[in-house]
Amino acid sequence: MTYILKPKLHHPSLPKNDLGLTRRDYEGKVSTLCAGCGHDSISAAIIAACFDLAIEPHRLAKISGIGCSSKTPDYFLSQSHGFNSVHGRMPSVLTGANLANRDLIYLGVSGDGDSASIGLGQFAHSIRRGVNMSYIVENNGVYGLTKGQFSATSDKGSKSKKGVENTESGIDLVALALQLGATYVGRSFSGDKEQLVPLIKGAISHHGPAFIDVLSPCVAFNNHAGSTKSFDYVREHNDAVNRLDVILGRTPITAEYKPGEVREVTQHDGSVLRLRKIHEDYDPTNKIAAANYLQERHAEGEIVTGLLYVDPNATDLHDRLETTARPLNHLGTAELTPGQAALEKINASLR
Amino acid sequence: MPDTITQVSGPKPAPLTAVNDFVVKFANVNGSGSASANGLFAKSIIRMGVAVAARNIFPSNIQGLPTWYEVRVSGQGYLGRRGGVDLAVPLNPQTWDDDVKEIVPGGYLFYDSTKPLPASKFRDDIHVIGVPLTQLCNDAYKIPRERQLFKNITYVGALSHLIGIDPAVVETLLKEEFASKPKLIGANLNAFNMGRDWAAKHLMPIGLQLKHSDVVGNRIFVEGNAAAALGAVYGGATVCAWYPITPSTSLAEAFTGYCEDLRTDADGTKRYAIVQGEDEIASIGIVVGAGWNGARAFTCTSGPGISLMNEFIGLSYFAEIPAVIFDVQRGGPSTGMPTRTQQSDLLLAAYASHGDTKHVMLLPCDPGECFEFGALAFDLSDRLQTTVFVMLDLDIGMQEWLVEPFKWDDKRQLDRGKVMTAEQLEAGAFFGRYTDVDKDGIPYRTYPGTHPTKGAFFTRGTSRNRMAGYSEKGIDYQDNMERLLAKFKTAAIIVPKAVQRPAKQKTRIGALYFGSTTPAMHEALDHLEAQGHHIDAMRVRAFPFGPEVYDFIAAHDEICVVEQNRDAQLRSLLMIEGNIDPARLTSILHYDGTPITARFLADAIGNRMQAQKGVRQVGKKPGPNP
Repeated sequence: MTYILKPKLHHPSLPKNDLGLTRRDYEGKVSTLCAGCGHDSISAAIIAACFDLAIEPHRLAKISGIGCSSKTPDYFLSQSHGFNSVHGRMPSVLTGANLANRDLIYLGVSGDGDSASIGLGQFAHSIRRGVNMSYIVENNGVYGLTKGQFSATSDKGSKSKKGVENTESGIDLVALALQLGATYVGRSFSGDKEQLVPLIKGAISHHGPAFIDVLSPCVAFNNHAGSTKSFDYVREHNDAVNRLDVILGRTPITAEYKPGEVREVTQHDGSVLRLRKIHEDYDPTNKIAAANYLQERHAEGEIVTGLLYVDPNATDLHDRLETTARPLNHLGTAELTPGQAALEKINASLR
Repeated sequence: MPDTITQVSGPKPAPLTAVNDFVVKFANVNGSGSASANGLFAKSIIRMGVAVAARNIFPSNIQGLPTWYEVRVSGQGYLGRRGGVDLAVPLNPQTWDDDVKEIVPGGYLFYDSTKPLPASKFRDDIHVIGVPLTQLCNDAYKIPRERQLFKNITYVGALSHLIGIDPAVVETLLKEEFASKPKLIGANLNAFNMGRDWAAKHLMPIGLQLKHSDVVGNRIFVEGNAAAALGAVYGGATVCAWYPITPSTSLAEAFTGYCEDLRTDADGTKRYAIVQGEDEIASIGIVVGAGWNGARAFTCTSGPGISLMNEFIGLSYFAEIPAVIFDVQRGGPSTGMPTRTQQSDLLLAAYASHGDTKHVMLLPCDPGECFEFGALAFDLSDRLQTTVFVMLDLDIGMQEWLVEPFKWDDKRQLDRGKVMTAEQLEAGAFFGRYTDVDKDGIPYRTYPGTHPTKGAFFTRGTSRNRMAGYSEKGIDYQDNMERLLAKFKTAAIIVPKAVQRPAKQKTRIGALYFGSTTPAMHEALDHLEAQGHHIDAMRVRAFPFGPEVYDFIAAHDEICVVEQNRDAQLRSLLMIEGNIDPARLTSILHYDGTPITARFLADAIGNRMQAQKGVRQVGKKPGPNP
């Protein structure tokens, strides 16, 4: 039962964040996914990111579609409202929730089947619409719950567990997200917590549509030789362009960096994305260069990871719709119902 | 002054004579600018205080295909379609033959006589009036577009002389219409007077005449879609997500317009959000997401959209999330007849989605009820935490109807239903998301973000226990499904009750009807009564049916169920939900896409009354029970 927490035997030495909460306060139910599933690592990274950012759990809404990945919101942030909705339709549900209350943080969790096949349309339109959200795809290239069919992100030539070769082109959601107008685009690997946690923190602090593609090997159906989404393959072909730190407020730089090694991007709300360069020439604010680089490396069989693009001055759907600052779901009769006097004027105009 | 009603020789019936009681039908080419002239014609009659029912019959097309505008003038205030045409104004050669055929014997044909037509194009039993509209406009205007546009106003001018439209009323309407473009007032008035003056010089007024009246009173003339949109504003809707589809598009557009006027703050910020979705699925998804998060949200669509939305409607039912759907019904199935009217989505909406589901439907009969139910739907969907359909049809949604002025009680508050607050949670109130604490089937919910440590729950379309925990246990599933049934029983009590229209004499015959059938049905019942057929009638206003509907059926031997679809869908709902013996329910069906007429109903029900034990289904083609 989701409303009952796991027994909390807090060790007194567990670190606390600015709210006085420990990581345990950000946990959820015990996962029912397979032991070793990459998705559980992503849940752990979400927990770590929310803990680090000292997010009040009830101020975040976690919304998902259907599939293994979409089950995971039950396994973190049990004090957050969650919504496991319809296959491929998380983006529209999240859009509606966001319209209703612009003050909450919206975390959309989806998978490659959910977002690249049945939900490709909603993925595209929620991003081009500019919904303020952190949209995470837990990408394993395979349908897990139905036991191992290829998904639309499976690379052409990748082999299934039964040895069948995928003959259809794979969809690169990162490339699509860039083209569609996502203003924060990252890719990571469930096995690289050091990279993933800051990327999620950056996405949550970003004002606008943030998209992260997280390669998350399926230990049951897609972790074999010949698969391009296995632990081994992703580790061997991971081309990280940068390492990210997210700094809220005016935290001084404590780590030592060599000159030219760090690039800082200050977002509209004052949060700072501090990027430790790995590729010296990579400019994450240049969308065209980012798209080109992705294509080049993809042709070489490499998987580009890191913070690939950010627009620090992004806007969101509410900015575009000019909605009032008060969440729409807080408005009552007085604000919403114009009354008899206004109706009489309308009546007069209809005679 | 020459008598123009002599162009065709031979014996003919006497010209029809009537005051404030006739049907005029215009036939035009879509996109030729006739709509505003025809609208002016109808509105000027209303301004004379005479009741009008106007119907725009249009194709799925922007330019070139035939379109008609039928104006039923009724001194008695009948607002349904009567059937038959007394004065035809066929200005579209494509449809001339059919248009001429529709005129009742003794009726009138008004046509553009610029080019002579062979005698075979006319009929001997009607009276023909020729006005050289094209010639007049070609002489008066140089720009081709002006010649076309002003021709429309010119025929209104000629008709005003023939049937007695008060020119002062027309002048007032033109001044109001073009208040912001004063140049157009004079231009339109000139065209109107050109037609009127020509007619006055060459023609006698005809037997169909208008006289000032006070039948209209202070009624308003409005489309159902606009009324429903205004209802949504008054009902507190803040999120609208929609996808364009005829005949519902103007509902979303009207909502946008009303919100711009009524819900925009001085600094330009908006107390609403409207998103045009990429399709109907995204639109209902946005509505469900917003409803889950505590905003009042709706979408508007037509049958094809409901088909696409089925999965989400099932989620709304099972996860208990408020949502309002305006279904402006059109001819189905598939793309069907997109610009024609039907009541053929009842079964689709009532049981939308896979699995066992039942949904609440409100059945407004005119734009007045569209406003009322448009607002009420949001209270009901919050109260019941489920989808509520408001079932309009094209005839109500896209036609302007004369209805009583909209009214609102300023003391009325939005009923948000059972929502647990932070204070209640803090005080330790019990919260079990799917627990029936009040024994009405309706549980409490919380909005996301309500309380830091209490009241969060996980919403899902999978089975769950009373505390919202995932459960695959049969007992939990069944318990939940039984509670949903109990909730549906509660709905039957709180939805709008059916309205009775008792016969003047005691009778064992009853009739059930709903929606846009209403005005034609009332007119038909008057006719039938005059013929000695006494029928108790009941207008159904919602699904699930309240006990009053079953009591009514039980009190009669035979019930005529009148509806505008092929398969007798209301009748099926009565059989399914009320276990009514099909033999007691006689279907009266009209589903050719045109609005049902009083003459059709009087004939169909009258024949049934005469036949008593004839074929059950009465319609154009008698057949077995559906």
